[in-house]
Amino acid sequence: MKTPELLITASPHLAAGDSTPKIMWHVVGSLVPVIAVSSWFFGISALLVVGAALAGALVTERACGQGGTLADGSAAITGILLGLTLPAGLPLWMAFLGGAFAIGVGKIMFGGLGQNIFNPALLGRAFLQAAFPAALTTFPAMGGPWWQFRGDNFALPFLSPHAPDTVTAATALGRMKFEHAGTPLWDLVLGSTPGSLGETSGLVILLCGGYLALRNYLNWRVPAGIFATVAVLAAALHAIDAKYPDATFMLFSGGLMLGAMYMATDLVTTPVTNAGCWIFGASVGLLVVVIRVWGGLNEGVMYAILLMNALVPYLNQWTEPRVFGLKPSRGRA
Amino acid sequence: MMMLWNRRLQFRHGVHPPDHKELTAEVPIRRLPYPDEVVLPLRQHTGKPARVTVKPGDHVERGDVVAEPDGWVSVPIHASATGTVESVDPWPHPDGSWSPAVRIAVERYSAQAARARLVPEWQTLSPAELIAAIRDAGVVGLGGAAFPTHVKLSPPKEQPIDTVLINGCECEPYLTTDHRTMVEYPERVQLGLRIMMRALGVKRAVIGVEKNKPDAIAAIRATVPADVDVTVEALTVKYPQGAEKMLITSLLGREVPSGKLPMHVGVVVQNVASAATIAEVFDTGLPLVERIVTVTGRGVRRPSNLIVPVGTKIRDLVAACGGFTEDAREVIFGGPMMGLAQANLDTPVLKGTSGVVVLGEAEIKPRRSYPCIRCGHCLAACPVFLNPQLLGQLAMKGRYQDMEAHHLADCMLCGCCGYTCPSNIPLPQLFALAKSAARRVKAPA
Repeated sequence: MKTPELLITASPHLAAGDSTPKIMWHVVGSLVPVIAVSSWFFGISALLVVGAALAGALVTERACGQGGTLADGSAAITGILLGLTLPAGLPLWMAFLGGAFAIGVGKIMFGGLGQNIFNPALLGRAFLQAAFPAALTTFPAMGGPWWQFRGDNFALPFLSPHAPDTVTAATALGRMKFEHAGTPLWDLVLGSTPGSLGETSGLVILLCGGYLALRNYLNWRVPAGIFATVAVLAAALHAIDAKYPDATFMLFSGGLMLGAMYMATDLVTTPVTNAGCWIFGASVGLLVVVIRVWGGLNEGVMYAILLMNALVPYLNQWTEPRVFGLKPSRGRA
Repeated sequence: MMMLWNRRLQFRHGVHPPDHKELTAEVPIRRLPYPDEVVLPLRQHTGKPARVTVKPGDHVERGDVVAEPDGWVSVPIHASATGTVESVDPWPHPDGSWSPAVRIAVERYSAQAARARLVPEWQTLSPAELIAAIRDAGVVGLGGAAFPTHVKLSPPKEQPIDTVLINGCECEPYLTTDHRTMVEYPERVQLGLRIMMRALGVKRAVIGVEKNKPDAIAAIRATVPADVDVTVEALTVKYPQGAEKMLITSLLGREVPSGKLPMHVGVVVQNVASAATIAEVFDTGLPLVERIVTVTGRGVRRPSNLIVPVGTKIRDLVAACGGFTEDAREVIFGGPMMGLAQANLDTPVLKGTSGVVVLGEAEIKPRRSYPCIRCGHCLAACPVFLNPQLLGQLAMKGRYQDMEAHHLADCMLCGCCGYTCPSNIPLPQLFALAKSAARRVKAPA
């Protein structure tokens, strides 16, 4: 009888079908329609900005990562998500720098995949916002031919970009906050409003994120918690005083959809327990409404998520599940 | 027998691995010719190893005692074939170590008839006599853990038992030992159950079988005696439905407290194969010298259910199943979720070995691991609601004491977390390491 060369491994000897790279590349794939819609509205500039952020992320991961980590797909997600938080007219070198910062400081400095505390894409965006506040809040208007650049995409580093022909416009949230002017709901849902690349088209983001939730690649409790809290709070405020926007406006304006479906559900930086995910989502929703309504900024999704990222270890600790056969115990440190 | 309302009989969490039972579910149990040699390790059961009572050169007949129990939580070991004792030396043990074992050269032309013995009429025996007979027959739990059956049947007086559960779940993928036992020997299962109920003085019993074995459920239902309170329940197919604590939750809705045993909630759980073995003891007088083993997986040519003498080597089992296929890679004792990979084909089948699974290259799981991405899938899988993600991180840092604070002791190493982990982190292996480290700290040698 032929004797095989025996392999010795520890149990379990079977594995479920999902692997970490598979999850990551599914997320990347689910972002393709979002990019496509963005490009529909913002033309070639959308692809350029996302591509530059992606390139910054990938180059940094390759250069500073532990080697072979490009294939796990996580750096690609960070790059694309960062790109989607940027305005279409952003100079490409800024997007590239943001991608490099997101991976270098947001992830690799913490020890690489799985070790980071803050969502790297949002950290990159926060860095850009601090470094180039004017460029990050210059939003081009919709429309125009597809191949037309929506700003000085090819500005040289550290030279002030000049935007000769582009028309800029205020975002829906900006108009609401500073001009008290509304935006038609269908423009918000379909995304035909000025804003960052991924702030447009809540509907497509909802569908793509829903696909990930169905595959159990994100915990649906996080976006559910965010949507529920934002909707309830916004509806309550609107009922008290009609100058506050209503629930649908709150849900579909700004970066809430992208943030709720893709940023707040980043597996690494969100709680591992279901109860923790509910609390995390509800808290993000609360912070978003607070920042939008009473804060100095007109958009608060980024800071709401980053703030809650910092609390994740505590959420995990507070919501550690009750072990089988033990009485529930509260407040165990 | 009818459920009053459509209660779903299950526990929370768990996983759904593909069961691959189709390889052997329909294959009738077949008896093997005796091998040339059987090897009987002295450590085959949970508890103290048996003490050897034979020496090289001794002639033994099938069913003769070759090792006697050492203490209460221990059982005798009987010669599983007529022959001559060759040696009592260390031999490859399924747990990976070399452990003392009695090697018996099987007599070529023996009829292998057991010595004639008195078969006591079980109805006339007292519970104590029944338990003593079960112990003398060397009966242990045949589901895998090989816990001495007589210990389970002798709960302390302050722990009254009200229900016996018979575990016919066989939730491990691939294995069909219990399934075929229920289909082919349902009367033995029922008789074994009656004897145990008498030994425990219990009036009520429930037989739990996973729904994916309708023929077994039908066979068991058809043989339930009219004069005892025995019900048969079809359970949700989910791993680890056959874990004692999960089974008790599914069938009775009772939760065994952390660190306690089923008897603390008034329950004794026995495997169907153990019940069938007890029936045989009181039917023929023959002690536990043979068992049913599923030899399966894509790595063997003819997957089969076999009755073999305890102590048959892997080599002989696989040869009886047509040999290894070209892509056979890993030989596992027990099921693939909790079983142990074997390094040596001379390792013998023990009393508690329910199956030998030979995985082919295509069935082997990916070997590359990734960092933990904190997806939480392991928390959603853990049937005892631990946080395997946190435990795994602590284990990798060697913080075993912190792991105990997070209830490592409640982990039963079922493997759900490792199965579901997308990063392929060997969580159960880390936990097993941590548990043995904790044992070393508690009881310095």
